[in-house]
Amino acid sequence: MELKSLRKRDEYEWEIPKQGCMRVPGRIFATRALLEEMDEKVREQISNVACLPGIQKAAIAMPDAHWGYGFPIGGVGAFDPEENGVICMGGIGFDISCGVRTMRTGMSIEELKPRIERLVEELYRRVPAGLGSRGKLHLSMQGIDEVLRGGAVWAVEKGYGYEEDLEFIEERGRMEGAKPENVSDKAKKRQLHEVGTLGSGNHYLEVQYVSEVYDAEAARVYGLEKGSVVVSVHCGSRALGHQIGMDYIKELYRAAKKYGIPIRDKELACAPIKSPEGERYFSAVAAGINCALANRQVISHLVRQVFEDVVPEAEVKMLYDISHNTCKPEEHVVEGRRRLLYVHRKGSTRALGPGRREVPKAYRSVGQPVLIGGTMGTCSFILRGTEDGLEKAFGSACHGAGRAMSRKQAKRVYRGERVVQELRSKGILVKAHSWAGVAEEAPGAYKDVEKVVNAVHAAGLAYRVVKLKPVACVKG
Amino acid sequence: MDYETFEHEADVGIAGYGRSLEEAFENAARAMFSVMVELESVAPKERVRIEVEAEEADILLVEWLNELLSQAHLRSMLFSDFEVRVEGDGMLRLEGTAKGERIDPERHRLKVEVKAATYSMLEVGREGERYFARCVVDV
Repeated sequence: MELKSLRKRDEYEWEIPKQGCMRVPGRIFATRALLEEMDEKVREQISNVACLPGIQKAAIAMPDAHWGYGFPIGGVGAFDPEENGVICMGGIGFDISCGVRTMRTGMSIEELKPRIERLVEELYRRVPAGLGSRGKLHLSMQGIDEVLRGGAVWAVEKGYGYEEDLEFIEERGRMEGAKPENVSDKAKKRQLHEVGTLGSGNHYLEVQYVSEVYDAEAARVYGLEKGSVVVSVHCGSRALGHQIGMDYIKELYRAAKKYGIPIRDKELACAPIKSPEGERYFSAVAAGINCALANRQVISHLVRQVFEDVVPEAEVKMLYDISHNTCKPEEHVVEGRRRLLYVHRKGSTRALGPGRREVPKAYRSVGQPVLIGGTMGTCSFILRGTEDGLEKAFGSACHGAGRAMSRKQAKRVYRGERVVQELRSKGILVKAHSWAGVAEEAPGAYKDVEKVVNAVHAAGLAYRVVKLKPVACVKG
Repeated sequence: MDYETFEHEADVGIAGYGRSLEEAFENAARAMFSVMVELESVAPKERVRIEVEAEEADILLVEWLNELLSQAHLRSMLFSDFEVRVEGDGMLRLEGTAKGERIDPERHRLKVEVKAATYSMLEVGREGERYFARCVVDV
């Protein structure tokens, strides 16, 4: 990205000045080096988002931002319904509530090592993943409605996991405001056999261990120490979420025309939050969020069963579950006034600081765990939310490494079999349902997650707590 | 076959070309399914009818592609062969068929799942005698 037209606020915060139809400035959190590598499209997309009605403070991009759909991936926008604020398809995307869940195992890497080979085999065999895979649950249409209303709470009631898991899931496992009647039958039918499936693309299931502790106090609060083994799941709302997107994009595009909202990009199809179209879409998105929460809860259950068989002494307990493609009503202070805003996070993680009531009591002294998935060959991070981050970015942080190479380019450069061999030689076991998929997800095809996380830390959006290294990975 | 995929930072672009709008739409569908599977491995055994409508040709393309993804998924199928007819002025109506077969991971060389066709880089038009239909698909 050309830096000339940006105004530097400090080393880690750059502003796109208000111009043309922009109602607020754009703000990009990144180091100079990350900015220089960043796609010019991010500037264009952030500027377009800044033109939407009711946007507050700034349209924001994270250090991992790249070209997305209307919003950049790594974008944040908060809208006030009292000022004709909108709910926007581009700020949520097709994989509603895609996110990461991390669970502790109570094991150290040394204890686990001898059984890791068998563990990954069983995880691969027993957690459905990849194109065309089906889940182990077969639900009725009525059953799906219960999923959409109940989220992870539904899953726990059905025996998938424990009551105590819910405390450590955003929204306590169940998003308010979901209306299954606003989700099409087609979307529901597509989900009948999909609950508890991982999907494909960049979705994964990983066994990781804490390789470095940056913040001993926060690590203790999260129940982690050097060498602790955790399991992380990255996936979303599956076909139901995709279909909600397909069903609503045309409707929101029409609504934008109907309400005279000038959108510079069709992908920014949107409707006023306080309109029948906006309310319907929000209630469908909330249902999609519940679907994702239930999905990750059922997958966790399958993971626990595998651990019970392979590593019976492990105690698999919830650390936290975050979503990074959402729109959620939250209270934020803008211009000295507390307001209810609809915060869109597209490829961006909520990162609420200490004291916020949304943060589980057990973590409230240090802030919310912010789970950042890296690539299979490198590392992932757990950070914690900050008070500064609330002020700067509505309590948001990055979501991953962000791609550096297109999928096509990655397939030219890498071969799936070779990538798996090389990772094995580094002590990382990969089991994948598609070689092409592995090539596309090769570690070298992504930006350096460490640089991204360091920028988030230095900008004060979230602070590093631990680094996680992978030992085994199942890919769709 | 007159179709291709093109680079996009996080996802993949798909494009179909033809002597008519219909042919371009058919080829765009081939391009999209080629992201998911080696098309030659999918036999056109079963036929599924598709009907969608939209006011604009580009929106119609996305509706067509997304309906194909929905129907393929609902039936656990993959498609490799397509036929399209478009009629109407104010409201464009597309009637099409897709042919393919049930997914068999043993026989079909599967790649990655396409979540949806999007409005990103969406364009339907004509260059000289040649029609084109393209957009980015979310994978």
